[in-house]
Amino acid sequence: MCGIIGVIDRQKQKMNGSGIKEALSLMNERGSGEGAGYAAYGIYPDFEDCYALHIFFDNLVEPKSKVDDIIQKWGRVVHQEEIPTKEQTNLKRSHVPWRYFFKPYTDLMTGSLTPGEDIVKRLVMEINSSTIEGALVFSSGKNMGVFKAAGWPEDVANFYKIEEYEGYIWLAHNRYPTNTPGWWGGAHPFNLLDWSVVHNGEITSYGTNQRYVESNGYQCTMYTDTEVVAYLFDLLGRHHKLPSEIIVKAMAPPFWDEIDEMEEKERELNKAIRLTYGPALMNGPFAIVVATHDGIVGFTDRIKLRPLVVGEHGSRLYISSEEAAIRTMDPQVEDIHMPGAGEPVIGRVVT
Amino acid sequence: MEPVRIDARGLHYTPLNQQIRRAVSEGATEISVDNVLGQRFIADGLKGEVTIRINGVPGGDLGMFMNGPTCIVKGNCDHAPGNTMDNGKIVIHGSAGDAVAHSMRGGKVFVRDDIGYRGGIHMKEYGEEHKPILVVGDNACSFLGEYMAGGIIIVLSKSGNTFGGRGVGSGIHGGEIILRGKLKERQLGVGARITEFTEEDLEKINPYIEEFCEYFEIDPEKYLDTKYTKVVASSSRPFAGKYVWE
Repeated sequence: MCGIIGVIDRQKQKMNGSGIKEALSLMNERGSGEGAGYAAYGIYPDFEDCYALHIFFDNLVEPKSKVDDIIQKWGRVVHQEEIPTKEQTNLKRSHVPWRYFFKPYTDLMTGSLTPGEDIVKRLVMEINSSTIEGALVFSSGKNMGVFKAAGWPEDVANFYKIEEYEGYIWLAHNRYPTNTPGWWGGAHPFNLLDWSVVHNGEITSYGTNQRYVESNGYQCTMYTDTEVVAYLFDLLGRHHKLPSEIIVKAMAPPFWDEIDEMEEKERELNKAIRLTYGPALMNGPFAIVVATHDGIVGFTDRIKLRPLVVGEHGSRLYISSEEAAIRTMDPQVEDIHMPGAGEPVIGRVVT
Repeated sequence: MEPVRIDARGLHYTPLNQQIRRAVSEGATEISVDNVLGQRFIADGLKGEVTIRINGVPGGDLGMFMNGPTCIVKGNCDHAPGNTMDNGKIVIHGSAGDAVAHSMRGGKVFVRDDIGYRGGIHMKEYGEEHKPILVVGDNACSFLGEYMAGGIIIVLSKSGNTFGGRGVGSGIHGGEIILRGKLKERQLGVGARITEFTEEDLEKINPYIEEFCEYFEIDPEKYLDTKYTKVVASSSRPFAGKYVWE
């Protein structure tokens, strides 16, 4: 059991982090104080062309000098600093959160259509797969950032001074760890490049999904199932260029007997997706919200073992575990409804 | 005694329930709770002859283990209102989340609009007093009456869209699921079967439909016919031999 909430302002009007902090704290009952986190898009307008690498360092001596060495081989650090934090009585500072604003040398990655992303992905996988002890990249997108730690939602928010960030998309997560320990890296959101994921539930097909992404060059290093969702979205969305609707169909497809009942064209499409992307199918109970710079998508497992509620108000779309959390952020919210099992709910930026 | 008003704004469910219990122990029969937002476990385990009006959106497990009181909710409910309820009533002027009336073993739950997945999961009945009733005004989702062992679930589909989910009565071994309109065989869960809805059945559910319509000011006339589908367990012991070999 965990609590999730995501919001997008489709006209890119910015919201500071105070509302989502209140909403997430309302769902404290869904967590255990062992992990909470926030992701926000549009927060670094001064460095919007740079990849913002958020890294947990165990200390700023060996791990940091090793990270400095490796990233400076692949690109230029435009700016770097410790992420501003404020000590909280109930939150133990286990790591030093640091951020680099980084521009990769794109000509170093030959044979790639997205060399910048591929360099950053390579760096994230290399740093995180324990070649560098004591460093963990937990956020690597442009003009966005993840802020997370082991603690309660309000403590984590106050630690990172989340109210001072202004974003047009926010995700937040309150963790109740069940299968793996609670630690800073295991808190949500999980992020790779532009993709951020918050997830309530567990993915029992993790082994199959992990083998699938690892055979495509990703490495799972966080001791928890959710990171595989971020890598699946990067693989299917960025590499295979599938739209969100189709990615969700691959991850939470209709049952075969439902496919048999469909009209021919739809049946053939659904069959093709299930046959091609079988290893991307996720089993087990889950409710997930995924964000990129241009939208959010929320969906549940195909037999609906976790809750998901949607609300709209003007240009804002909210997706959460509980209606009350949405109403905390926006008392005037309209059109509250619960999407069906496996049905994607998509909010896109209007340009 | 004068009706009691409680302002729940910003209040955690523990002090809120303490205030409700104190009022009931002092003899209150009418309690209004305003500005409810996400508080779980309201009126859980509460006994007595009291009507609690809940204005707002309560959190999960409203009226769990409750024995006697009536809760009238002006707003939507989260998961599992009426969870393992013993006796009493929950009337919801709105919709409710998944697992409504979870393991309910007595009393009645009335939902004006929709409910989520797994409504009436594990509902059960025993003796003369314990026959739980769940009435849903509009629609329910898949796995309605999952593992059901007793009681009655009625879905009226008031907006005209008949039940579109799957897995109705998966693992059912007692009780009745009554759905407005037709149901296809493939919408049934394992161990469930469709049987004819008769005049005797109508007579049996008639008082529940009338009570539902009274709460929500709906004309009961259009629901008092036999255009229903009734789902029951496929036999008296549909799962005999599934886990043990005789």
